[in-house]
Amino acid sequence: MRMREVELHTPILEGETRKLKIGDRIFISGTLVTARDAAHKRIMKWITEKKSLPFSLEGSALYHCGPLVRKVEEKWIVLAAGPTTSMRMEPFEADVIKNLGVKLIIGKGGMGEKTRDAMKRYGAVYGVFTGGAAVLAAEHIEKVVRVEWLDLGMSDAVWIFEVKRFGPITVGMDSHGRSLYEEVRSGALGRLNEILEHSTLKNPKPTKLS
Amino acid sequence: MNTERLIEKVAVNLLRLAVTELPPDVKEALKNAYNKERSQIGKAQLKAILDNIRLAEEKGIPLCQDTGLISFYIRACSKFEHLERIEKILQRAVMQATVEIPLRPNALDPFTQKNTNNNVGRHVPHIHWSIIKGDFLEITALPKGGGSENMCALRMLKPAEGLSGLKRFILERVVEAGGMPCPPTIIGVGIGGGSDIAMELAKMAILRPLDERHPDDFVVQLEQELLEAVNKTGIGPMGLGGDSTALALRIEYAHRHPASYPVAIAFQCWAARRATARIYADGSVECLSHRDRSFL
Repeated sequence: MRMREVELHTPILEGETRKLKIGDRIFISGTLVTARDAAHKRIMKWITEKKSLPFSLEGSALYHCGPLVRKVEEKWIVLAAGPTTSMRMEPFEADVIKNLGVKLIIGKGGMGEKTRDAMKRYGAVYGVFTGGAAVLAAEHIEKVVRVEWLDLGMSDAVWIFEVKRFGPITVGMDSHGRSLYEEVRSGALGRLNEILEHSTLKNPKPTKLS
Repeated sequence: MNTERLIEKVAVNLLRLAVTELPPDVKEALKNAYNKERSQIGKAQLKAILDNIRLAEEKGIPLCQDTGLISFYIRACSKFEHLERIEKILQRAVMQATVEIPLRPNALDPFTQKNTNNNVGRHVPHIHWSIIKGDFLEITALPKGGGSENMCALRMLKPAEGLSGLKRFILERVVEAGGMPCPPTIIGVGIGGGSDIAMELAKMAILRPLDERHPDDFVVQLEQELLEAVNKTGIGPMGLGGDSTALALRIEYAHRHPASYPVAIAFQCWAARRATARIYADGSVECLSHRDRSFL
């Protein structure tokens, strides 16, 4: 698969995300907003209650991340900030895309059909930053702009980061309904019976008890 | 230094070592995976992984922000001093490590969702005990990330399904897990015993160093066959496709009840963090997981 490289800046426009295809590599500069499941749950609750959120997600990059941060003389320092498993946010994400205008979701592991459909409809994409590569991710975070909902704990608060060429992020799901994860998975399922049939095992001997 | 202080210090250092520096066998396996990977996207993932490992070591920063839920595996000779106090000592070590290293606070009350903010809570850190012959206390720290842990599974197979049922279960689980456990993973498989024993064995299996062979030849064969099968799925690094889905597959087993065939699968992410040290009765300390590492 080809790997085209694209530079993006926030706010991201639908015209930009529509051009992206699975397998493309993105580097993003501007504002990243983190949210994990607890924050997503609260976002949806506040939307339902028509309360205004203390941050904007319009044209923004939403990062599934629970960072490791340290406060040094009243200033937050991000030590490690890799992505968390995106599938936990699946119940909320379609509504977040619809209501808040998120254009880029960054996480790991991919998301489900409901999110894929919302991305197709509203022109958003899902990008994967290598899971666990948390120090590498932190290298591209220039500063913590602010933190909201810290009552949810360090990992679940909403962190607003200013980033420079954050990436590479691989487009895992595009706004045309394609998912690299689904393609990899269906390839695997297609090979499953063949893999299961192949065996070179020789008969086991009874275990020696020590 | 008194023994109690020594144990605490060693435990803090084990946690620091575990979260900032992968054991050499894991690093080696990741380098091999990078060299062999044919998928361009997969190779880019492995490149980021190797770069990240190097950066974390240089800076002495945890390589993944998820510094895990912490457990310890203890092998202790029965005459070692202070065994009854180990639990308290390790709790203190975890609290200290959380501030000093630092570790992300990861222990939450399941009902109130309140974070203890020090990684200590009810049954956390959990301690697995074995009492052995010898003159030492061996401590393994296993800070295990949530992403891979969420993919662990247990199935009570029908005994008639046997090995082919086992193979199907493992493969289906690997495909279902996809990129979520941060592949290339280390997969632990526990077979037999009861449900609890199967999972305990699967967790023990992921702790076995990658350059250490299982003593049973059939297990070695089965590990090899299942590893090849897992890698043929093509799930690849981070589930984006490629040759390297698992770095290793390790099996531990127990005898089973005639009616039961429990199989547990435990995933360990590529950031397979563990550190082991021995404290001898004379106060000397030896690091087993990371060679030539001085602790004091």
